[in-house]
Amino acid sequence: MSQTGGGAAGATQPAEQWERPLPRPDNVSKPFWEAASRGELLIQRCPSGHRQFYPRAVCRVCGSDPEWERASGRGTVHTFTVIRQNHARPFRDELPYVVAMVELDEGVRMMGNITDCAIDQVRIGMPVEVHMVQAEPGVGVPFWRPVAGEGRES
Amino acid sequence: MPDRAPVIVGTGLSDYPQAPHLDGVQHHAQAMQRALADCGVPKDEIDGYLDAGGGGGMMIDDAVTMAEYLGIDHRYIDGTMTGGSSFEFHVQHAAAAIRQGLCDTVLITYGSDQLSRMGRGLGTGGLGRGVKRFGGPAQYEAPFGNSLVGSYAMAAQRHMHEFGTTSEQLAEIAVGVRELAGLNPDAMYRDPITVDDVVGSRLIADPLHKLDCCVISDGGGALVMTTAERARDLRQPPVYVLGAAGAQTHWNISQMPDFTDTAASRCGPVAFGQAGLTPADIDTIQFYDSFTITVLLLLEGLGFCGRGEGGAFVKEGHLRRSGDLPLNTDGGGLSSSHPGMRGIFLLIEAVRQLRGQAGAAQVPDCEVALACGSGGWLSCIGAVILGRDHPS
Repeated sequence: MSQTGGGAAGATQPAEQWERPLPRPDNVSKPFWEAASRGELLIQRCPSGHRQFYPRAVCRVCGSDPEWERASGRGTVHTFTVIRQNHARPFRDELPYVVAMVELDEGVRMMGNITDCAIDQVRIGMPVEVHMVQAEPGVGVPFWRPVAGEGRES
Repeated sequence: MPDRAPVIVGTGLSDYPQAPHLDGVQHHAQAMQRALADCGVPKDEIDGYLDAGGGGGMMIDDAVTMAEYLGIDHRYIDGTMTGGSSFEFHVQHAAAAIRQGLCDTVLITYGSDQLSRMGRGLGTGGLGRGVKRFGGPAQYEAPFGNSLVGSYAMAAQRHMHEFGTTSEQLAEIAVGVRELAGLNPDAMYRDPITVDDVVGSRLIADPLHKLDCCVISDGGGALVMTTAERARDLRQPPVYVLGAAGAQTHWNISQMPDFTDTAASRCGPVAFGQAGLTPADIDTIQFYDSFTITVLLLLEGLGFCGRGEGGAFVKEGHLRRSGDLPLNTDGGGLSSSHPGMRGIFLLIEAVRQLRGQAGAAQVPDCEVALACGSGGWLSCIGAVILGRDHPS
């Protein structure tokens, strides 16, 4: 697994060998995973301005038709945990690792892993940016790393 | 007019915490037999059935399958599945159905062979080879290796960040529940523990330690509910449903709108309003203690203390055996049993207290008890207020 490597934001780094669970793209989610494979992070926004993630066939607030919006790919750690026990393959070989809820600058949250950072350095409020890993053709998966040079406390 | 006030008249527990001789469906059956024997209702009098399923393992145990298996000739059926809080939702629904006359006598069952099944090496699909695929909302979480404990840990982490809650405060909850488990000869763990034991136990998902987590067990339970009118001829004193309400904020943890506020803050006031009571009127609480943080969030959400004050509140000792609000007097999920969906045991223990049948764990002069279940990942909260005396 090479998702801890570098690579400019917007590019998608191929995984040497992807062993983690994969999404099963459906009618609604396929554009999200395809965009991620091109290095783009998509969220949804409806005509009334309600943003949401995960993608749905309707706006969860007003019931209208949501449209895709490219997100900045920046956010902060809203909360997190260090997973120290997980018997499932391949995660049991990657312990310990950080699972976080990232709050995007656009206001929606998504789950992800914090990489490129010692686990004892992760803090709530820490600014992070997305980097994509190519899991398979047409499926990029977003990971998060600290924004270089920015404060890590809030 | 017949008195259609809904009451719980029968309870039954199947063998726990470890029952390798029973599969999930057998737990349902044994619990039903014991609940019927408890109250003296003949099985053919049951005309309503509620079952969440989800505990059968290799055996299917959804509501319609189990109605067939147990031979329930129902005119009211409900398969509501909100995770561990399903049974609090079931009591809400059954109470309304009984009041309305949709049925007269209701059976609720649950059974799970979770522990023994794991021991037999079944259901551990995570150990298999090959990449797994997930559809639906899970596709946005599955690639990242979150765990069940991790979901609750993220709520605990946020609570600590916002309010300064400490691991020692959370540990106090586990210590108090273990003290009560010592009074339950069937509890899985009975030896006393200290706050140092809890915070010194292995971290599973920061900031939750091993002893912040519930046990994994086998077990099942059943409830029989009917009208106050019918209850007059039965073996046990009736326990009245004074209030019952439920609410949902999300299902998957990544959709939780506020990691320190559960649906308890929405359904609690409804249940208290129905009962005409306040938290100060409650004599014992039977709360879903999947993890210590679960109890803390329910206390705050239901108004036993202010938001963010849960840590200081538990440190004051209210929840102890000797406190004014004893918690989980059977030893809870933290120390006694947790077969996967524990909500029915909360109701059964509340009934045991209100009947005055709790032995060494009896709360003195117990008139009103609150059972509060949390299902999913702090997702669906159901609160049921039960009373010893007729509400009229």
